Amino acid sequence: MSVIQSETLSVTMPSRIIIAENVVAGYRDKIVWRDASFAIGRGEFVAVIGPNGAGKTTLFRLLLGLQQPINGTIKIFNTRPKRGNPQIGYVPQRHIIDSETNIECLELVRLAISGKRWGFSLFSQKDCQMALDTLRAVGAAELAHQSLSALSGGELQRIFLAEALVSNPNILLLDEPLSNLDIRRGKELVQLVNNVVRSRNVTAFLVAHDINPLLPFLDNVIYIANGKVATGKPKEVLTSKRLTDLYGVHVEVMRDSKGNVAIIGTGTEDHHGDELYD
Amino acid sequence: MTNLMAGLLQIFQYQFMQHAFEAGTVVAIIAGIVGYFVVLRRSSFAAHALSHIGFAGAAGAVLFGVNPVFGLLLFTSVGGFGIAVLGPRAANRDVQIGTVLAFMLGLGVLFISLYTGYATEAYSILFGEILGISSSDVLVTLLVSLVILAVMAVVYRPLLFASIDYDVAEAKGMPMLLLGMIFMLLVAVATSIAVQVVGVLLIFSLMVTPAAIAQRLTKRPQRAVIISVAIALMATWLGLFIAFYEPYPVSFFITSIVFISYLLVRFSTRANRGFPK
Repeated sequence: MSVIQSETLSVTMPSRIIIAENVVAGYRDKIVWRDASFAIGRGEFVAVIGPNGAGKTTLFRLLLGLQQPINGTIKIFNTRPKRGNPQIGYVPQRHIIDSETNIECLELVRLAISGKRWGFSLFSQKDCQMALDTLRAVGAAELAHQSLSALSGGELQRIFLAEALVSNPNILLLDEPLSNLDIRRGKELVQLVNNVVRSRNVTAFLVAHDINPLLPFLDNVIYIANGKVATGKPKEVLTSKRLTDLYGVHVEVMRDSKGNVAIIGTGTEDHHGDELYD
Repeated sequence: MTNLMAGLLQIFQYQFMQHAFEAGTVVAIIAGIVGYFVVLRRSSFAAHALSHIGFAGAAGAVLFGVNPVFGLLLFTSVGGFGIAVLGPRAANRDVQIGTVLAFMLGLGVLFISLYTGYATEAYSILFGEILGISSSDVLVTLLVSLVILAVMAVVYRPLLFASIDYDVAEAKGMPMLLLGMIFMLLVAVATSIAVQVVGVLLIFSLMVTPAAIAQRLTKRPQRAVIISVAIALMATWLGLFIAFYEPYPVSFFITSIVFISYLLVRFSTRANRGFPK
């Protein structure tokens, strides 16, 4: 009986590695959003979209185990999120490297492997090779011996991606990696993340304000606004009806000939559809 | 060269110079290492404040007839613990730390005025009195330094990672509060022994500036630590050497050598490496 059950499960849910059920998130005195239910599979590219302060980073904090849901459950590989999960690689938001921090990129990536180890030992050759391989994989091999403080925004994001990837996680959480990049660099970074997702079968969550650069690559969208969360395929979520329900005011989703979307009526038009207005 | 050797031999005939070189060497090594992390974590104000908190401890110890080093160790450790408990980003809480700093200086002034002995005690706490260091002070300094080195060897990598990339280290489940406490205690203890050499007011010259110079010269942490130690050692040795022949305070020479090194490196690295922003 139990054998049959587990087989059915593995057939119906072949690769759902993150499952959220009726999750309510927030702090003791303030609920940020409620009723989030979604299931994300292995190797999916997921955008987390929504206005400022909607609770996108809160979602990451829940997945990282830095914060507990007020209600509902989240399971990652069938267990509750816990801090220090080696399955997750994380690139925090507005990741400021002080302009005076004169440390080479290779050092940061190596520390992402060995930084948790106590005791003094010079870095092993193996760690160094892993760090270099990862830098190469994100197209940043030539930056290995550059100082972090000397890099452009796009270069920094590549280094942070390498830092997150070097421990071979199954899940990547990227919090607003595009926010300081121009359109071209942003597109390059999205391409790179997509390559990582496809070649390593990694599930990536990417928080962004503008969904358009991501649209060609996305498997799923988690749209957070007005204390509510809508999830699904981009075509299902980015409709006038779904977003009207989400925001609670009339919202119009318009598409141009290239498939770019503009979302109008949210009162926060600045967060997307920039290309249509420009 | 023979003159230099003869000069050194002459210096080491005096026991107070031997003690000064021994304590100065140990302090420079420790200050150079701990100082690298102080600079990396932008905690130089916290280090500065700890030395002032230590002033009250040292003055109190003098008042009660105890070795000032013990007063320093007690007050800076409690102060360091307090700063760490305030929160992970407490190193940036300038106002809170500054308020406590001012109060502690006031307390120190009270202790000094209650003390009916010589005013030179206050002077030596504020500006250092390495030429008056006793053999028991040297021993205490050495023992305390060995403890710092042992702890530093254990926490080196986690502390380095947590200092460079707080958010990722936290998400990786590293014990950030514990690391913060260990770090502040290391700073507290290092400050306490460094006060003997350069005094409360000049602590920057050994705990911050050598490491800041090192950070401009190399991108690799291990090398930066080595350079930082080397600069602190050079300044201390040279300062002691000059002070033996010139009738001015050692602290003045040490701080001047460190300052000149800083200026030289600051302006030469900007020119040839195009140091960013």
